[in-house]
Amino acid sequence: MRIRLRDSVIPGLTTAVFLLLAAMLSAQAPSYRAPRAADGKPNLNGIWQAVNTADWDLQGHAAAKGPVASLGAAFAVPPGLSVVEGDEIPYLPAAAVKKRQNQANWTTLDPESKCYLPGVPRATYLPYPFQIVQSPQNILMSYEYAGAVRVVNMGAPTKAPGDSWMGWSNGRWEGDTLVIDVTSMLDNTWFDRAGNFHSDALHVVERYTPRSADTLTYEATIEDPKVFSRPWKISMPLYRRVEKDARLLEFKCVEFAEELMYGTLRKKSSN
Amino acid sequence: MGRRSLASLAALAAVVLIAGVVQVPAAGQTASSATTGAKAWTPPRTADGKPDLQGIWSDNTLTPFERPKSLGAKEFYTDQEVVELAKRVREGRPGEEIEGAQLGAANPQAVRYDLELYGFDRTKLRYTSKRTSLIVGPEGVIPPMLPQARERNAARAAKNKGHEFDSHEQRSLSERCILMGQEAIPMTPGANEGNLLQIVQGPGYVTLLHEIDHSTRVIPTDGRPHLPQSIRQWQGDSVGRWEGNTLVVDTTNFTNMTAFRGSSENLHLVERFTRASDDTMIYQFTVEDPATWARPWTAEIPWTKTKGPVYEYACHEGNTMITTILRGARVEEEAALKKGK
Repeated sequence: MRIRLRDSVIPGLTTAVFLLLAAMLSAQAPSYRAPRAADGKPNLNGIWQAVNTADWDLQGHAAAKGPVASLGAAFAVPPGLSVVEGDEIPYLPAAAVKKRQNQANWTTLDPESKCYLPGVPRATYLPYPFQIVQSPQNILMSYEYAGAVRVVNMGAPTKAPGDSWMGWSNGRWEGDTLVIDVTSMLDNTWFDRAGNFHSDALHVVERYTPRSADTLTYEATIEDPKVFSRPWKISMPLYRRVEKDARLLEFKCVEFAEELMYGTLRKKSSN
Repeated sequence: MGRRSLASLAALAAVVLIAGVVQVPAAGQTASSATTGAKAWTPPRTADGKPDLQGIWSDNTLTPFERPKSLGAKEFYTDQEVVELAKRVREGRPGEEIEGAQLGAANPQAVRYDLELYGFDRTKLRYTSKRTSLIVGPEGVIPPMLPQARERNAARAAKNKGHEFDSHEQRSLSERCILMGQEAIPMTPGANEGNLLQIVQGPGYVTLLHEIDHSTRVIPTDGRPHLPQSIRQWQGDSVGRWEGNTLVVDTTNFTNMTAFRGSSENLHLVERFTRASDDTMIYQFTVEDPATWARPWTAEIPWTKTKGPVYEYACHEGNTMITTILRGARVEEEAALKKGK
């Protein structure tokens, strides 16, 4: 009896445990199959938005007093869990110093305060919606913030004609996942209001994977040998704006940044 | 001058780059069938069966917005006349004004930011139709502005007079990179700056990306109504529909600052996009604003298919001009004050 147990039941149990584990693992892989667009590719068309505090700080952070006393709790820093895998951003020593300086002076240094184009990946998780318009040749991403835009080339990869704020995007499908390779970004953009930054050597690989009818998983692998000791990754869900008549409205924010940028140059007697 | 300098400086990078890649037909070549609609042509369809307007287009043209007075009611040139006009442009001396040709930045200016400086080839400028003006109809000019509209615009100008350099708020929308001339709708060509427009279509939407200031319109074609009147936008609110092979876009909800050629916030704009051939799109618009003009008026601009890429035009991000202008004004004031003491 004992022998039989060892000989057959335990191996049987082991197999069962193995199968169960395998099933659990595969459940973590995307089993959802996205609806198809007219050209047979996964259909990512829609208005999407991140619902988190990543734009405040990619890393985990407690609530904090906001930078403008007169706004009180209305513009306090909301708490949030990290969207960074392992919660560590692997700065090189000198870069870590610069990050802390950025953070200490973020209200004046953050490109978002000036309504500058946000770059990638920040455009995705700014607290504004963006819209994906998908054709077989190109996928246009229109961001409400600052009217930022990029056109993802879905054909044979092309080379950037020059560096830009929003970078140069070449996309491809890997199963249900839209993979976008983003290069040639200027070093002027940040990742968040916490001063996380990069150089002109930034290379971002984004992955948009449908996980249900109204959610996507967004992942971005960030590589920049001038600033980070190794590539690192952020991950978050994106939610479809399901409101009837949902649409992007105009957020041409230049006029909201002008007082900050040019206010000290006003004629003294004019105000 | 300030405005000109900014337009030139801000556009410099884009202009220089575009100059090398935009392919244009030889001067004098016209898209005559495009404007007459004489030839039946079936446009390609998107995967979901809608007319396919996609691609990168240029609205470059030599045709002036308004018809030269001397032409009276003459709405079209003959083929021969277009060839001769184009030849005059090609062989014209720098600085020479040519009636019937809108040279725009190709004309040398007091401060030399003309196209030659950027490597443009004046001989590549071309007419894209036989029209004598982009505005259609027997008059070929914008109808006279109503007295009330003239007063409204004069009052605005008067309010700013003497305060032009007080703060950023007194500077023009284009200088501030809020709304540049060519991105403002309806879209009218600047003679030769980066007039690239890219159209991308998805199910239920047509998007139009204007290279100038990366201006992007996401136009729904699902029959939804306009935004409530209480929501006003610089570029208004656009909703589209398909009429046969034509995309018809209706726009209202402009701000009272948008002022297209002196219009009010009640401007009602109807744009029609129709592909006329593999490489031609007819862009037609009608503006209606009873508070400004006694009757609606219409313009027609042929677009030509061209090669990309569409460059990023980060106007605000590179705008050092507002700071320079205002600082200059403050320095002058201080100097005047010192001199007075």
